[in-house]
Parts: sequence; C-alpha cells; structure tokens
Amino acid sequence: MERVGFTDPVLTARDAGLVGCRSCARAWPMGTEVCPNCGARVQSRSRRSLQRVWAWWLAGLICYVPANIYPMLETRTLVHTESATIVGGAVDLAAHGAYGIALIILVASVVIPVGKFVSIAFLALSVGRISRTSPEARHGVHEIVEYIGRWSMIDVFVVAILSSLVQLNAVAAIQPGPASLAFALSVIFTMLSAQAFDPRMIWDGIEDQKAGHL
Amino acid sequence: MVDTSRLDDLIVCTECDALYRVRQPERGQVAVCARCHTVLAAPRAKAALQIVALAVATLILIVGAAVFPFLRIEVGGVANAASVLDISYAFFDGFLTVLVIATMSMILAIPALRTGLIIYVLAPFIVDKPALPGARAAFRVAQQLRPWAMAEIFAIGCAVSLVKIADLAQVTFGPAFWMFAVLTVLIVIQQKFMCSWSVWNALASQTPS
Repeated sequence: MERVGFTDPVLTARDAGLVGCRSCARAWPMGTEVCPNCGARVQSRSRRSLQRVWAWWLAGLICYVPANIYPMLETRTLVHTESATIVGGAVDLAAHGAYGIALIILVASVVIPVGKFVSIAFLALSVGRISRTSPEARHGVHEIVEYIGRWSMIDVFVVAILSSLVQLNAVAAIQPGPASLAFALSVIFTMLSAQAFDPRMIWDGIEDQKAGHL
Repeated sequence: MVDTSRLDDLIVCTECDALYRVRQPERGQVAVCARCHTVLAAPRAKAALQIVALAVATLILIVGAAVFPFLRIEVGGVANAASVLDISYAFFDGFLTVLVIATMSMILAIPALRTGLIIYVLAPFIVDKPALPGARAAFRVAQQLRPWAMAEIFAIGCAVSLVKIADLAQVTFGPAFWMFAVLTVLIVIQQKFMCSWSVWNALASQTPS
C-alpha cells in the first residue's frame, strides 16, 4: 500500500488555511464556496451540520415509533385476516422454523435502526468534547453507519414484493400496512442524518490534544 | 510539512480533512489516508473501458429486471407472477403512492440514472475524445446518488419474500430474480474499478467546463 506524502503530525486543510472539497478532494483557498473543479459546495466545517443531523435524527425516531406499533402486512386468506407488525412477523417466521430469515428481518428492522439511532447520537454528542473513544473508533462507527443504514430497506421491499405478488383473488391477498410507509421514512431520514454528519469534526482538535497545547 | 504553494498538487482526505501532496500512485497501488485509512486514490489500467462495459451490461439487466417477473406464486390452481413494474400497478392509491415511488426510484430509476451518468462521463475517455458538456456535474450527481441505489438490497428482499410465503403457497424465482443477482455482482465489481480521484483528474486535465 502506498501512502501519499505522509507528514506527522497530520496537517489538515483547515490548518493550512485551505478548504477541501468533499466531492473531488481538491484543496482551495479558505472562503471558496463552490469548488471550481467539480462544482460542489465546499465548506471548511459545516457549522450547521450538527443541527441537520439532529433534525433528521429526530424525524427518523418519530417515524420509527408508528413503524413498530402499526401492522406492516395485512394478510387475508379464505378463513381469516391477520396483520403482523415488524417484530410480530419475525416471531411468526421463527415459530414456523425459519430462524435464519427471522434473524435477517430482526437485524435489518430492529438491530440496525436502533443501533443507528444510538451511534449517530453518540457521534454528534462527542463532537467538540474530549471523548474517551479514539477518533479511529468513532470514524469506524461513522463508516459502518453510512454503509449499513440502507440495508434496513429490506423489510420495505419485502412488503412491496409480497403485496404485489400475493393477489390471488379469493384465496389470499396481502396488503401493506401503515407501518411500511413509516418505516421507509424512518430509514430515509436516518440515512439523511448520517449523511449530514461531517466526519471531519471527529478529528478536529485531535492534533492539539496530542501535542498537549489545547 | 506539506508545501501548499501549488493547490493543484494537493489532495484532501474527504473524511478527515488531512492534507497530502499528490504523488501519482503506481497502477494497481492504493493511496490511503495515513490518519483515517480512507482510500484516497486507487488508479487502475484501462479502468474506463471496464467500467463502461460493466455499466452497459448493468443498464440492459436493469431493463430486463424491470419487465420480467421476479417471483411466481401458485396456490390451488391460481397463479400470479410479479415483475417490478407490477409493484407500481398493484397499489397506486393513497399513502402507498409515496411508497411505490420511493421503491421504484431506489431499485430501478436511481441505479439506471447513475449507470447512465457514468457511461456519459467515461465513454469519451475510451475513444480519447474530450469530455461531454456537463460531465463534471454528471459525475458529481452520480457519486451523490450512490447510497440511494438499492438494486442489490431488492435482490435479498426477493429471497426473504420467498421464504416468508413458502408455506402459504408454491413459490418459484422468475428470470428477473437472477438478473438482480447478476446486477448485484456487476455493481460491486464496477465500484471496485471506480477511482473517483482518477476520474476527477482526467476531467480536470480537460478544458474547464
């Protein structure tokens, strides 16, 4: 592996009086607003980024409540109609012996979303404070949250697939429940929340702390 | 210290803001941020040709995956096969419209748009022609759309659905399921080949647009 022009301690673009473009990685003089190379908006640190993180985070959390209370799927067969919530559906699957699939649904719809809410809140709270968690670890958390968040959409897709597929007139029909929309919105909002977080803030002040002149 | 007198020579880590002086990595080598280990550059030989070839294949598969059925169900003589386009017909009322639009965009429209934009940006490089107008904006949008292209997640969703209703009815995979599976592999390989730093470099060496 090659490392380009590595200097220790690390000089950041901001320390050098420059601003880096997060789209194309070029450096420009401080105060540049639009990257002349790729046309993206550039900001040394988006000061309002934390507000956006919290706004999307809250919207996602609010949507996550009805997503768990209301039914995700309504199944109507000849004999009866039943509706299942996210957790209820996973429990049903496990009861039928499909433990693997039940686990996928539980991980995608419960573990990942809850983990995301906790992780994003942790990252946003640790900015600007002296955190006991190393920046490397926090950076890892941010990478995982950004990478894994989209996989929560599995359950929404399953609902869309089942309700278009199982339309067998009198025999059986599956309809999406209100939770499907709430859950989709919750996933979208938390993805926006994670994207709004500026990971450069994790590393700010690290060099000063290391050098001991805060 | 990094010499900051020539801005063209600098590369900034997009994740942690560390500043480096560019040294063209050898083909096949990877430049990694020393602090946060984000990949800064990973140029490959003939990458443009490979990416465009994969992108064309991806576009064809997206069209196929949209029109062919991905699952087929049969219960007591009543059968139904669903394609992705059927999802949009199945429920087009009330709050579900939002859900349908979101699903359609994430599994078809955004992957197709992204692939189209990448072809638009990279195809001229294969034939040594100057970049097409708006190539920079096109590439920027293609990068921003990346997390919202979810064709591969839909493939997993098909498999989960099959198991979910396996005891309710007889279910079989249709051709579109296999297309989504291949699509997933193609998208992963394409992302492996794609070095955005090299693309921006190639676009920057052209006359400014």
